[in-house]
Amino acid sequence: MTENTLLSVEDVVVDLPTPRGNLRAVDRVNLTVGAGQTLGVVGESGCGKTMLSRAILQLLPKKAKLSGRVMFDGQDLLQLAPEKLRKLRGRSLAVVFQDPMTSLNPVLTIGTQLIETLQEHLELDDATARKRSVELLAAVGIPAPEQRLAQYPHQLSGGMRQRVAIAIALSCEPKLLIADEPTTALDVTIQAQILDLLAREQRRRHMAMILITHDLGVVAGRTDEVAVMYAGRVVERAPTPALFKKMRMPYTEALLAALPRLDAAPHTPLPAISGRPPDPTRPLQGCSFSPRCRYAVARCQVEKPPLTAAGSREHQYACFHPIGIHAEAGA
Amino acid sequence: MATLELEVAEEAVTQPARKGRRLGMLFWAGIVWLVFVCAVAVFATVLPLPSPTDMDMLERRAPFSAEHWLGTDGLGRDELARLIYGARISLVVGVCAPVIGVVIGGALGMLAGYFRGRFESLVVGSMDVLLAFPPLILALAVTAYLGQSIFNLTLILGALSVPAFMRVARAATLTLARREFVIAAQALGATHARILLRELLPNVMLPLLAFFLLGVAVIIVVEGSLSFLGLGVPPPISSWGSMIGEGRESLDMAPRLAFLPAAAMFLTVLSFNLVGDTLRALTDPRQGAL
Amino acid sequence: MAFFVARRLLYLVPVLIAVSLLTFSIASLLPGDLAYTILGDQATPENVAALRADMGLDQPIWWRYLSWLGNVMQGDFGRSFRTGQTVLQAVSERLPVSIELMLLAQVGALAIGVPLAIVCAARSGSPFDRFMTGSAFGMLSVPTFLSAILLIYLFAVELRWLPATGYVPFGEDPVANLRFMVLPALTLALAEWPGIMRVLRSDMIATLQEDYIALAKAKGLTPARILFVHALKPSSLTLVTITGINIGRLIGGAVIVETVFALPGIGRLLIGAILTRDLIILQGVVLLVGAGFVLMNFVVDLLYAVLDPRIRHGHA
Repeated sequence: MTENTLLSVEDVVVDLPTPRGNLRAVDRVNLTVGAGQTLGVVGESGCGKTMLSRAILQLLPKKAKLSGRVMFDGQDLLQLAPEKLRKLRGRSLAVVFQDPMTSLNPVLTIGTQLIETLQEHLELDDATARKRSVELLAAVGIPAPEQRLAQYPHQLSGGMRQRVAIAIALSCEPKLLIADEPTTALDVTIQAQILDLLAREQRRRHMAMILITHDLGVVAGRTDEVAVMYAGRVVERAPTPALFKKMRMPYTEALLAALPRLDAAPHTPLPAISGRPPDPTRPLQGCSFSPRCRYAVARCQVEKPPLTAAGSREHQYACFHPIGIHAEAGA
Repeated sequence: MATLELEVAEEAVTQPARKGRRLGMLFWAGIVWLVFVCAVAVFATVLPLPSPTDMDMLERRAPFSAEHWLGTDGLGRDELARLIYGARISLVVGVCAPVIGVVIGGALGMLAGYFRGRFESLVVGSMDVLLAFPPLILALAVTAYLGQSIFNLTLILGALSVPAFMRVARAATLTLARREFVIAAQALGATHARILLRELLPNVMLPLLAFFLLGVAVIIVVEGSLSFLGLGVPPPISSWGSMIGEGRESLDMAPRLAFLPAAAMFLTVLSFNLVGDTLRALTDPRQGAL
Repeated sequence: MAFFVARRLLYLVPVLIAVSLLTFSIASLLPGDLAYTILGDQATPENVAALRADMGLDQPIWWRYLSWLGNVMQGDFGRSFRTGQTVLQAVSERLPVSIELMLLAQVGALAIGVPLAIVCAARSGSPFDRFMTGSAFGMLSVPTFLSAILLIYLFAVELRWLPATGYVPFGEDPVANLRFMVLPALTLALAEWPGIMRVLRSDMIATLQEDYIALAKAKGLTPARILFVHALKPSSLTLVTITGINIGRLIGGAVIVETVFALPGIGRLLIGAILTRDLIILQGVVLLVGAGFVLMNFVVDLLYAVLDPRIRHGHA
């Protein structure tokens, strides 16, 4: 942990009681994000990445049980009094959800939704808040920002709505922005624009960012560090270039291979990962990925591999037969 | 801090089960009361009761006694007997009217939902016109023109309940008609009648039954209101409503004359509502409380 | 928006015509002779024949309907044979009373139901919530006339705080007017609040699970603001719906309440007309009430558009 670590997630566990038994959505996750850094969190649907973001924000469902520590700016968010937590949210800690059609209130104007955040945290008067809102909308690339204030979310296109959501998130100059699948609900052509916008604003404000996605292509080149999650655990964690060049987890390798490539021949079949993620209410004894892993041996099904670091301390993985090292061992 | 804390609600999945458990005891209590009332009403003639019409002018508004378990009313008639015979009337109207409604409304609704097109528009449109009137006003108006009798009353209330049952049947049919078992039956060459009767009807019956019970509760209240005003069952026939209306005169002297039939009516209506609502929650868990 | 209103207005016309048809056909249902019934014990063969000619009863039914409708459009609803008043006179005298009653009742029902719904939705599943939901359910099984009697017994007979019957116009003596209106309005409010509370509560519980509420929390807004601005507004549409649906019940309830508490309103006019066989008044009142009901629903539809901008722009 370095001195300018802004967020430190330590041993966070999220349990959800369900009629079919206890569901461990997040299984002892450890992460850090430095000020001004971008962390990418990658994984399939259901791997726990959204639950993790909710855990950090303390927005879990009522029934969920949360344990561990979430240190943000020197304070443990789990121990913080509700009123203090509320003041942090929106101000120092902001979030952008996946689908702007559902995350923006359909019966309130864009202006209201922007201005209320400004007035709540920065206590601006009406005129200043309006001016600020127009500036924010312009900054995120929305044309004719003054008119937008009186419009409703359904009057804007998907990409515009997400820009508004980003404007709301950035309005109080947060130290950390959590973007939970910000482009998944958008057209492919808009996706790059939104991601570029996020990256640009982050650099400008020297903001830390957590970019959550199921698409490895999204984090390539836009993040400093990547954590790969599977079945509620972080299974690989490395600086981004290292992850892409020297991945260790068979899962990561399979994820990368499943991405369509421009230089592949036409009609090349996409190698999908066979099988499905395990049922979270019935966790496997051994490695969660072992039923689908082509390198799996007996040990993988019995023991859970811990997160260890080979070579460089920054590159961690949870595997008994990591790629690269395994090959080097000559088997 | 703020006293209102927001807690995200439970998943919808757990709702019906919880509701069932919570209403479990109440549900059975309702069933017990209904069975009791219906039994007593049906067997009224063979029960060892004094006649409900025998007036005893010397014993008017008498308190509870061994001879008159629940006392006597303003004309010296035995209150318990009156309550039981009143139950007969209230229940006869209360049950027969919705039967008319469910048979006609259910049939119309199923046909409308199945055949769609102009027939459906016609049915829905005419029901809407019927619904354009506040029902009590309509019932009052028609009884005024046709004259008061149990038959007329049952007929009118039954007719007024047709739109509600039509809607339920139509909604259920609309969702069911698209399901595979109907398409499969059509592919096998089944006639419309067969599909309607063999495939759709058994499935539509469940929500209709739930609404039927709720309808009984409503009709008992409407008939009670009309009789309370003197415009429902024709005197000297007494339903609970008329008894409450008469009891109103004696509120200062003997409030029990109004409140005994009131309690009976309340318990019966509550029981029908409880049982009907539980059944509805079981057959359509998405719909929740209304 | 204007387009929306115009379209809705067009809908109104056929419905109003249907209402008039229905009213007229009920009147024609009468077995026996209308003129005979109206004249009652003054029915001699000459009088009956004269009345029939006068009322055009020997004309074909479509002629009678059209001429009646024609009169109605000109504002002539007929004249009572008992009192000599025109229907319009009788109605306009009594309309303010009924409107005041229904307004007070609706306000009362909202004042009880809405706060309860909000608190129960915010604390759904808590003992308070379960108790209130159970009470609402129980209250729905209490007929209006029953609450009326109970309230009269409690407040007029036993406690003697409030009068059981009587009325004074608001213009004459506001305080006395309200004293007379408290029990009747309360009776109706007690009948209406459970419906409002249950629907709004269930709607708000669903709304509170939406993503935009989660975002509102993530923005650090106060719980009060989230409840009253973010959660209540989308749910207010259902509130308008149920208020609209309630109007029918409210009218029916008003008839009962006016009769029990002896308020000189439309409901009492209707009952009186039935009891005295004053069929002209009856027909006129039914038509006016039916038409009024249709118009009120129209207003409710308009309110929809105001509250949900998606409907206004044709999106919903």
